[in-house]
Amino acid sequence: MLALIQATNDLKTIGDQVVQLIMPEVILTLFACAALVLDVMLPRGRKRPVAWLSLAGVGFALVSLGFLYFNITSEGKSRLGFFNMIVIDNYAVVFKLIFLIGAGLSILLSIRYLDEEGEQRGEYYSLILFSVVGMMFMASGVDLLTLFISLELMAISVYILVGYTKRDRRSNEASMKYFLLGAFSSGVLLYGISMIYGLTGSTNLANIAKALPIIISPAYEPLGQTVDLRYLVLMSMILMAAGMFFKVAAVPFHMWAPDAYEGAPTSTTAFMSVAVKAASFAMFGRLFLYGLPDLRDTLAGNADKNIPGLPGWAVLLGVIAAITIVWGNLAALTQNNTKRLLAYSSISHAGYTMLGLIAANETGYTGFILYLFIYTLMNLGVFGCIIALRRHGIQGDRMEDLNGLMKKAPWLTVMMTIFLLSLGGIPPTAGFIGKLYLFAGLIETGNPWLVRLAILAVLMSAVSLYYYIRFIRAMYIEPETEMQPVKLAPSLQTALAVAVLLVMLIGVYPQPLLRLTQKAAQAQGLKTHDYDQKKADEGEIERPPGAGTGR
Amino acid sequence: MEKALFIIFAVVSVAAALNILLQRNPLYSALSLVGTLIALSALYVMLRAQFIAAIQIVVYAGAIMVLFVFVIMLLNAPKEAPYIEKHKALRFLAIPFAGLLIAEAFYVIRLVKPIQMPASDDSAQAVGTTLSVGTKLFTDYLLPFEVTSVLILMAIVGAMVLARRGED
Repeated sequence: MLALIQATNDLKTIGDQVVQLIMPEVILTLFACAALVLDVMLPRGRKRPVAWLSLAGVGFALVSLGFLYFNITSEGKSRLGFFNMIVIDNYAVVFKLIFLIGAGLSILLSIRYLDEEGEQRGEYYSLILFSVVGMMFMASGVDLLTLFISLELMAISVYILVGYTKRDRRSNEASMKYFLLGAFSSGVLLYGISMIYGLTGSTNLANIAKALPIIISPAYEPLGQTVDLRYLVLMSMILMAAGMFFKVAAVPFHMWAPDAYEGAPTSTTAFMSVAVKAASFAMFGRLFLYGLPDLRDTLAGNADKNIPGLPGWAVLLGVIAAITIVWGNLAALTQNNTKRLLAYSSISHAGYTMLGLIAANETGYTGFILYLFIYTLMNLGVFGCIIALRRHGIQGDRMEDLNGLMKKAPWLTVMMTIFLLSLGGIPPTAGFIGKLYLFAGLIETGNPWLVRLAILAVLMSAVSLYYYIRFIRAMYIEPETEMQPVKLAPSLQTALAVAVLLVMLIGVYPQPLLRLTQKAAQAQGLKTHDYDQKKADEGEIERPPGAGTGR
Repeated sequence: MEKALFIIFAVVSVAAALNILLQRNPLYSALSLVGTLIALSALYVMLRAQFIAAIQIVVYAGAIMVLFVFVIMLLNAPKEAPYIEKHKALRFLAIPFAGLLIAEAFYVIRLVKPIQMPASDDSAQAVGTTLSVGTKLFTDYLLPFEVTSVLILMAIVGAMVLARRGED
């Protein structure tokens, strides 16, 4: 007992300053619990107020995120909290903004759809809020433990959301597949994490980044004898990458995505295709740019002793991104189910997004975050339009269901067209700006292989236009196949209008968002790679201003 | 001595883990899992992580295994006759093995000496003791701990959502 008291005397305490850092998450958790309670109090069939309550929760979280931004990070500062478990920097704040916008719009899209499915219940909204809590910790976590637990918090909520329509067998199957593969990939990720912990002795990303340069030297001598740990380090990096590839649905770890997207209730598909992907990318960025920046490049060997250099993660990600872009676009060409088609399209977009990580310069990072922001808006918009087609007796997820939509709902058709063109990357929509930054980041590096990768991505994004235009042809040219009128619920209208306005606004006047994402890309600890000097900024975490490639 | 013990328990845990995969009857796999967990907890004791060792036995080998066995029983494990019943001759192997065990027990009883426990100041710095786990859990790992509680709450809600019967 005495020992315990002695130990608690020098306990580190947590003050308001620290609690403030997780205020958005605290608010969301409270509202998620309140939604559960309200759900029980409301009579059957009148559960809609739960949706408004959750929406209010998202709104309050946005406000408190705004406080965090203006109080702490707007000047480019960052603050660590909870014994170096989380960091609040612009990277975290912008990603949290993406998740909250995605969640808010998804809730708006869901209200009518759940009525249509006869599954309007409060747990749906609280599960969305819980998963957003997980996502937000994924964006700000700088400790492997926090990152993994928040990843699971997000993933398990989404497994349940996928299987939410219990009477639909496709939904059950999708949920089961997603759960089994997801649990397996979490295991792979955890295996990689455990190895890197064993190698570096820390779960903190900053400590790992500090320890890596020492242990990846081929002449590392911990106990008086030379040990080449590079293979083990690479093994753990590959395992972690494989886990993350699964979560962002990159080929060849994409098999779950088409089935899960098709089987899930469309409102869940919308949510998981944007928010889950953005959160997984946020964690991907944290892991690889904060924790393993030194593994990016070739791991130096020793020519005298005949020890070969080993390729780093830039090569791995480059190859995977190329395969993902090519396969995602080609597989999408032949699909007839719109949800399945959009699943393949979202796989290819994951490939594009990865290009920003590979470029590893400021333009690339800006493109990485900017693209996820824009992708959230436009993909939610497309799924919103598909949700609008779900009405009495019509599932609305076949290509034929779009036939002749122009005559039935001209406004919806126009909005859908804008979202599709944005996904295809046509100016003056937002999608163009995002892709521009991603590709420009690669070209700026001047590395011939990365430039070739950029050219491949541009070519494949031209291929993608083919299937986006298939939608447009069905809507404008094909004759109507059924006469059921299309009516948009007010909540759906609001969500679509907000999304379409933002997509157009960002496309025409991107400066405010650009400034915000550039700040996020300059966050401390996101190490950029200097292509001119091979031996740049060694062991230096804080980059001097303007060290990145200026535009 | 420590090395020998480590090798014994490591071999037991790996062998039992392999046995989990090789057994056709899920109940035997579950029993092998118990073996793995107990060997692992012995390894924890050797690392001076008594608390984790105890938790390993109480939570995993105890509670979670019972759940496993329940699930296997509910899912109606295949009613295949156990291997041992098909080969009646094998049962006579039991007698020499039992004899071996008894001899071993006598040997141990005769040889055993009071073991020197690690000094108390040594355990205060150890990683896996109750004190250090508790202190770490409520300082360094407070945030993951709290997030885990949200995770569990969410999992309960989710299980309820999926398990509930249709209302109409």
